Amino acid sequence: MSDRRSFLRMAGMGAVGVLLAGCDRISQSGLGARVLGSAEGLNRRVQALLSPSSAMAKEYSEADISPVFHPNGTTMPDTPAYQALMANQFRDYQLQVDGLVNRPAKLSIDDLKKLDDRTQITRHDCVEGWSAIGKWRGTQLSAVLDHVGVSEQAKFVVFHCFDEMDVDTPYYESVDILEARHPQTLLAFALNDQPLPIPNGAPLRLRLGRQLGYKQAKYISRIELVSSFKDIGDGNGGYWEDQGYEWYAGI
Amino acid sequence: MNAQSAVETTTASVKPGSSKASSRLVYRHTLPIRIMHWINVIALTLMLFSGLQIFNAHPNLYWGNRSDQGKEWLSLGAQEDAAGNLVGITRIGQHQVTTTGVLGVSKGSDGTPVARGFPSWLTVPSAGWLAMGRRWHFFFAWVFVLNGLCYIGYSLARKHLQRDMWPTRADWRGIGRSILDHVRFKHPHGAEALRYNILQRLAYLCVIFVFGIGIVLMGVAMSPRMDAVLSPLVEAVGGRQSARSIHFIIAWAFVAFVVIHLFEVLVSGVFNQLRGMVTGYYKVDSVKPEPAMPVAAVPETVVPAELAPDRTVTAQTPIVEDPRHE
Repeated sequence: MSDRRSFLRMAGMGAVGVLLAGCDRISQSGLGARVLGSAEGLNRRVQALLSPSSAMAKEYSEADISPVFHPNGTTMPDTPAYQALMANQFRDYQLQVDGLVNRPAKLSIDDLKKLDDRTQITRHDCVEGWSAIGKWRGTQLSAVLDHVGVSEQAKFVVFHCFDEMDVDTPYYESVDILEARHPQTLLAFALNDQPLPIPNGAPLRLRLGRQLGYKQAKYISRIELVSSFKDIGDGNGGYWEDQGYEWYAGI
Repeated sequence: MNAQSAVETTTASVKPGSSKASSRLVYRHTLPIRIMHWINVIALTLMLFSGLQIFNAHPNLYWGNRSDQGKEWLSLGAQEDAAGNLVGITRIGQHQVTTTGVLGVSKGSDGTPVARGFPSWLTVPSAGWLAMGRRWHFFFAWVFVLNGLCYIGYSLARKHLQRDMWPTRADWRGIGRSILDHVRFKHPHGAEALRYNILQRLAYLCVIFVFGIGIVLMGVAMSPRMDAVLSPLVEAVGGRQSARSIHFIIAWAFVAFVVIHLFEVLVSGVFNQLRGMVTGYYKVDSVKPEPAMPVAAVPETVVPAELAPDRTVTAQTPIVEDPRHE
């Protein structure tokens, strides 16, 4: 009996070893990764069906705000352009909006405030698993889009950022026009009644109510409207998407 | 799971006039049930391993909506000792244990200790690779959900759930004896083995309807897009981090179920049980009724013997009120 047990145990461990090694082979193969990644499209379509594009993320009360809003990823961009702006407390900052728009614009934080100024307390969910709640003040992205006039060919809004993840690999992100026009999609310039801190993306970051943290680009320098993001970065629509994360970050 | 005795194939012949025990093969699990069972094995295994990979990206659990540092109820952390060696520390509430080598700190691909929640031999992929872990997890989440829906639909349509799983009043009355039998590892070998006992029924119902549905709901409750419509559910369990904690706990409850399930398979005849779930045929010891036995014990006299539902009667099991085909 003990022989049989130890045999079964060995067989069990061997089976798990073979299984995991097989999974690693599949993960590293292009086809395997693509097949597994096919769930993304299903997630996106089914979630859009079950949770309509107009559905609103829950807004919390002041009492729910995290004592510390944990900054993740870049916390201090070291590019010269950013360092120069920072030296002057971002007073010279202007958001550039261009691409497939009728009236390209450069907007200061004050210009943005004139377009729209609102506050919301929403939850931030990181792809790693943690959550934090913050009080965000910012301008609805749709107000900016209305201000510049979006051309009909535009399908995506791309956010170019000051921070570089590797040498010459700036952070960027993209959302579709529907998500960009959601009422809770903000260009945030303040967190918890303070100007946006540098670790959290000063002077301007994206806030989406219903997607994971990596979509919510910090240190935005420029917004570009495009019909396709194939020619930007490695063509997957964002820095983390180029590293294999899903473009649709609703789950 | 327990497709029952719609067809029997007699393997051992019984000498005329003899009541000596013999065995026969009973068609117990139908093909769809067998296929769905093994798909479920694959999906659950890969979801567990890829789930632990995802967990490793932030190996701490909390209650509520937020992940406030210092408020973890479970944490698989790493610290450096005085000599500069990495020490794995597992904390549950106020208690902490050193778990170097397995939890918190374990060997990386090059053999040196690295800080990671669960070790590489429990994660898919084995290296720390959150993006790929998510791909595995969400792919097999769909396999698990669609397979589970098919299973519930099929089992309802074929009355498998109603007949084989829903406990009868007699089952409830026998719960004490069933517990004693399980504690003593006493398993029925005759036709009684074909019928799920009360503990099996409760275990399967709990796994399907509490664990299965619960883990899917808690998984979906972590999705920020779904939370726009599911926020009452999220708040009902305490918040998104509570949902993450419950998702994790149910995953280990599944593991506990599988451990018990495999143990029971092992002690009740591993070959016979495996044959049952692979080919559908399960061997039971049977005592053929003497010709003199009252006809009333076998009511469906018009049904051909090969197709008759199993009706072997023993002293402890009075005729059950429902003929079970699945």
